[in-house]
Amino acid sequence: MKTGFYPGCSMKGSAREYSESLMAVAKVLGRELPEIPDWNCCGATAAHNLDRDLALALPARILAAAEKAGMDEVLVPCAACYSRLSVTRHELLDAKGSEALRARISGLIEAEYRGSAKVVNILEWLAGIGGLEGLIQAPFARKVACYYGCLLVRPAGIVKFDRPEEPQSMDRLMKKIGAEPLDWAFKTECCGAGFSISRNDLVARLSGLILDDAVARGAEAVIVACPMCHLNLDMRRPNIEKRADKKFRIPVLYVTQAIGLALGIAPKKLGLQRHKVTVRFSPAVDKSPAETLPPSGTRPGEA
Amino acid sequence: MSRGPVIQHDRQVLAERILEQTGVDVARCYQCGKCSAGCPLAADMDFPPSQIMHLLQLGDFPEFAELALRSHTIWLCLTCEICYCRCPMELDIPKLMDVLRYESLAQKKINPKAKDIISFHRAFLDSVRTTGRLFEMGQVIDYKLRSGHFLQDLLQAPWMFFVGKLHLIPERIRDRRLLKRMFARTLKAREGRP
Amino acid sequence: MARIGVFICHCGENISATVDVAKVAAAAAKIPGVVHSVDYKYMCSDPGQQMVSSAIKEKNLTGVVVAACSPRMHEPTFRRACAEAGLNPFLCEMANIREHCSWVHEKGEATTNKAIDIVRTLVAKVKKNKALLPIKVPVTKTALVLGGGIAGIQASLDIANSGHKVILVEKEPSIGGHMSQLSETFPTLDCSQCILTPRMVEVAQNPNITLYSYAELESLEGFIGNFKARIRKKARSLDEKLCTGCGLCCQKCPTKKIASDFDAGLGMRPAIYVPFPQAVPNKPVIDREHCTYYLKGKCRLCEKVCPTQAIRFDQADEIVEVEVGAVVMATGFDIKHGDFFPEYGYGNYRDVIDGLQFERMASASGPTLGEMRRPSDGKVPEIVVFIACAGSRDPAKGIEYCSKICCMYTAKHAMLYRHKVHHGKPYVFYMDIRAGGKMYEEFVRRAIEEDGVQYIRGRVSRIYERGGKLIVKGADTLLGARPMEIEADMVVLATAGVANPGAEALAQKVHISYDSHHFYSEAHPKLRPVETNTAGIFLAGACQAPKDIPESVAQASGAAAKVAALFSQDELIREPLIAVVDRQAPPLYSTCVGCFLCQTSCPYQAIEKEEIRGRDGQLIKTVAKVNPGLCQGCGTCVALCRSKSIDIQGFSHEQVYAEVLALLNRGESDV
Ligand SMILES: Cc1cc2nc3c(=O)[nH]c(=O)nc-3n(C[C@H](O)[C@H](O)[C@H](O)COP(=O)(O)OP(=O)(O)OC[C@H]3O[C@@H](n4cnc5c(N)ncnc54)[C@H](O)[C@@H]3O)c2cc1C
Ligand code: SF4
Ligand code: SF4
Ligand code: SF4
Repeated sequence: MKTGFYPGCSMKGSAREYSESLMAVAKVLGRELPEIPDWNCCGATAAHNLDRDLALALPARILAAAEKAGMDEVLVPCAACYSRLSVTRHELLDAKGSEALRARISGLIEAEYRGSAKVVNILEWLAGIGGLEGLIQAPFARKVACYYGCLLVRPAGIVKFDRPEEPQSMDRLMKKIGAEPLDWAFKTECCGAGFSISRNDLVARLSGLILDDAVARGAEAVIVACPMCHLNLDMRRPNIEKRADKKFRIPVLYVTQAIGLALGIAPKKLGLQRHKVTVRFSPAVDKSPAETLPPSGTRPGEA
Repeated sequence: MSRGPVIQHDRQVLAERILEQTGVDVARCYQCGKCSAGCPLAADMDFPPSQIMHLLQLGDFPEFAELALRSHTIWLCLTCEICYCRCPMELDIPKLMDVLRYESLAQKKINPKAKDIISFHRAFLDSVRTTGRLFEMGQVIDYKLRSGHFLQDLLQAPWMFFVGKLHLIPERIRDRRLLKRMFARTLKAREGRP
Repeated sequence: MARIGVFICHCGENISATVDVAKVAAAAAKIPGVVHSVDYKYMCSDPGQQMVSSAIKEKNLTGVVVAACSPRMHEPTFRRACAEAGLNPFLCEMANIREHCSWVHEKGEATTNKAIDIVRTLVAKVKKNKALLPIKVPVTKTALVLGGGIAGIQASLDIANSGHKVILVEKEPSIGGHMSQLSETFPTLDCSQCILTPRMVEVAQNPNITLYSYAELESLEGFIGNFKARIRKKARSLDEKLCTGCGLCCQKCPTKKIASDFDAGLGMRPAIYVPFPQAVPNKPVIDREHCTYYLKGKCRLCEKVCPTQAIRFDQADEIVEVEVGAVVMATGFDIKHGDFFPEYGYGNYRDVIDGLQFERMASASGPTLGEMRRPSDGKVPEIVVFIACAGSRDPAKGIEYCSKICCMYTAKHAMLYRHKVHHGKPYVFYMDIRAGGKMYEEFVRRAIEEDGVQYIRGRVSRIYERGGKLIVKGADTLLGARPMEIEADMVVLATAGVANPGAEALAQKVHISYDSHHFYSEAHPKLRPVETNTAGIFLAGACQAPKDIPESVAQASGAAAKVAALFSQDELIREPLIAVVDRQAPPLYSTCVGCFLCQTSCPYQAIEKEEIRGRDGQLIKTVAKVNPGLCQGCGTCVALCRSKSIDIQGFSHEQVYAEVLALLNRGESDV
């Protein structure tokens, strides 16, 4: 079984730490994650908002490249990319009239798309790795709010993963590393997704509701599995705070960062210093490596 | 004085095209409103999703179909899939929204309030077209130019650069020519631009 | 020589619109043996039937084929017409050119040709038909009623009062069904127990009714007029004759914290219990799953306190066998439970309750003594949201139908809440208000106008808990589908009415048909609403579909009238379409070789052994014989018989081969 890796554009840029932490964790777990050769952008919201064929062709080219490289499955850690790739695979393989569509899209990408490579998200991939508990060095003993967002669990008929309401897969993972996942209400509510730049007013409102609930229930960290969610909840924090007219201290960690800390990987290697919101947990609870982190330095952006 | 909408039975209505392209039959919607109740942006929309469905159901009145195409809603929809997930009739509203956006673009019936959102999408895809990937810095600058919001957000850039999130030089894929061809045969062909 | 008459019906335009009936008549006239062939607009009308009988007399017909609708529709009509004209009714056959031809094909030559083919096969068959005599069977004038809810109670009383014996089987320790759980009933708001209890007592006192409570049907065999039922009386762990119902045992039982089904999980009961004070019979049962003695081998406190020494820890289930002539199914319904509504937190948040829980909370004898107190902390809820159609009319949740009763009981609930909490605010989210029925619409208007219940037209998307409040996210579709949030203290879901969990298994046990939701199917949706497709088995109440009390009672009385009509005869006439085993003159006597494979295969135990003896009494051979009273004509034995010694009268090998050959040799001369 060969598992390929599709980083997607944001993991190369604004979500660099997601990629760094994933690689660090994969190394400890002894997994190799070769990148799909010459992968392109999946087109994200922009493509499917403007052109259907393009929205299918961009992901199809990625999947075809993975097939060509002999990959049986593709790990897509970004929830948004995961959604685009899953939807494309569904439309081209299982949906009504998919044969004609597949032929047309294969024409566009000038390669045959067969559909042999499965698309897996980060939670599926991590859940499939046995023995994680045995490798824990420093239990991540924090109260966490697992934030799944929209696209990991919906639409249920296509992603066929966990349940669309009250999902549990991330909660189970967090339990494995010693965290206490909280019962909260915004697990699958929308953070504002791709409106981060074009309508950051809406993002500030929706993301604010999410942080509000997480904090009200006593969470020490929000755990995410999507660069877009991270961008909105972390980097957009000043906008959120301005709109809500209050401060939220709660850090937002990628699921791989939380696991990395539990595996004893140095915070720097997990890219914690790249967050907008300092990764510092409420002092009431026992110490974990993250607390000893130096504050992430000066912030030219706020200066 | 206006007479109000008048029925036109003799043309293929939007709802039929939607059925053909997506398999979503708007006639199945019984206006329960559950989609609007759960939509994160329903309060910001001119027509919350259940009303879009009803406009399409009454598509025999061209004015109503037109309202759907010119709505702000179709550009605000986040494709968060909540409505589809909870719709008792299992109607794939986000997929239907895609078709409405394509029709709105093709018929040049774009809601003026959606300008920023569409500029952002275009800037995004331009970056993909030229480099094969999203060049975040380039896109943001492109978007600023298109939308005219020059200062908003630019203040973030130095910080992002500092923490290593922003690259000044775009990553490029090897087969960029294929990407150009793909764009030429899809989006560009449809919009009649080179 | 056969002299066959063929009668082709237009069925108004039902047949003639797609089939060229004149051409069929002309083609039929040419079939060898056919001496008369006509077509007519409505064969089933009086003049049409007249055409058949006069032709029989004038042309001396030996067989009749009516080419018209399905035999299920009019076979009896034409067979009666033949009998009146002096022709044995079993020499009349229907050629179904409507359901099998005109309705399912387009107009055209091929369709007409198919109709001709159908007529041809039936002509070939009828030539081989034999005159048959109907079978008479005696009727056992005792009815079995399954389920002791209001429907079963009403049916039992009506049958008993018309002078017949009734055996009423109820699976719970007491009769009463869901009605006994209700607080007050729409549309009059009379107290449910107050109107139900007298009926329950009547059941107990009626000498014609034998009640088996805490009992279930084990098996049912036989046929209309002659069923044999085996009933399992579950062990109550109690000698019912000795028990006086004093209730001391229930008071003293130390295991008291068992969620009470009767209180819909809101109240507690001991391990030895009577479900409610007015129970009939008023005798406790021991719940062996929770009783300390059965679990740990120690306790037996009830035994010690019982003044009449009625407790029997070693009691075993008992099987009773009864013979009955008719069965009334009255096993009722259930409402949907469980976590089928994760977006509403049903089954997760304690203050999101269902309709039956609300009934118990509102009931003066319920766990809160009729006070509105929410389950989580016992606080009086100040804002209550009621959600109609919770799971009904919801294909995504597997239920596309309307549960029919919930609009009304939701209005009732909101009203009752307001009567109990004067300053409280009830909100109802609804899609449509279905209040068709006498005084029903007026009832809903009263809730809105007099009791200030706020109706919001829209479905709720989600409910979540925040700081002890339930946040209800809805929208009002009459206000531009504007989303809205209500911070409620309690939410009541009118969850869908569904079939009982055991409904399917029971239907299979008694051989009746049921729909995809496991509600029992009536024989005809309009004209035979209280009968099933199985003769002698009738329907009453919500086991057929969700319905309210007046409807359940009306249907129960209807079923009882059907039973009484059946019992008004001493004998039943049955069609002789049954299996017969070959009999011949000596020395062969029968082709049957006596392997008795048929006997093991017959689902109705209709095959017996017959010893053929010579004049001197010497056994010559043992062969199979069919009991005409038991045989249902299913044909299983025919298919299994290796020496082809069994045949079904009216569908003999000879007749069926003739039909097939007529199709294969189409156009050629007759066999
Ligand atoms: C919340 C709620 C409120 C309601 N309020 C009203 C109201 O105000 N007014 C009104 O008119 N109607 C009301 N109804 C409807 C009413 O409850 C039904 O119409 C009525 O109970 C139907 O009676 P039934 O005898 O057919 O079924 P049930 O009441 O369900 O009785 C069936 C009986 O059969 C027994 N049984 C089941 N399976 C077996 C088996 N295999 N063998 C033996 N016995 C079996 C059961 O234990 C039960 O005793 C309400 C319903 C609900 C859910
Ligand atoms: S949830 Fe579905 S059925 Fe209800 S209004 Fe929306 S689209 Fe229509
Ligand atoms: S997919 Fe669009 S319309 Fe549906 S709930 Fe999300 S934002 Fe609203
Ligand atoms: S009776 Fe009313 S509440 Fe119940 S399913 Fe039908 S419409 Fe919905």
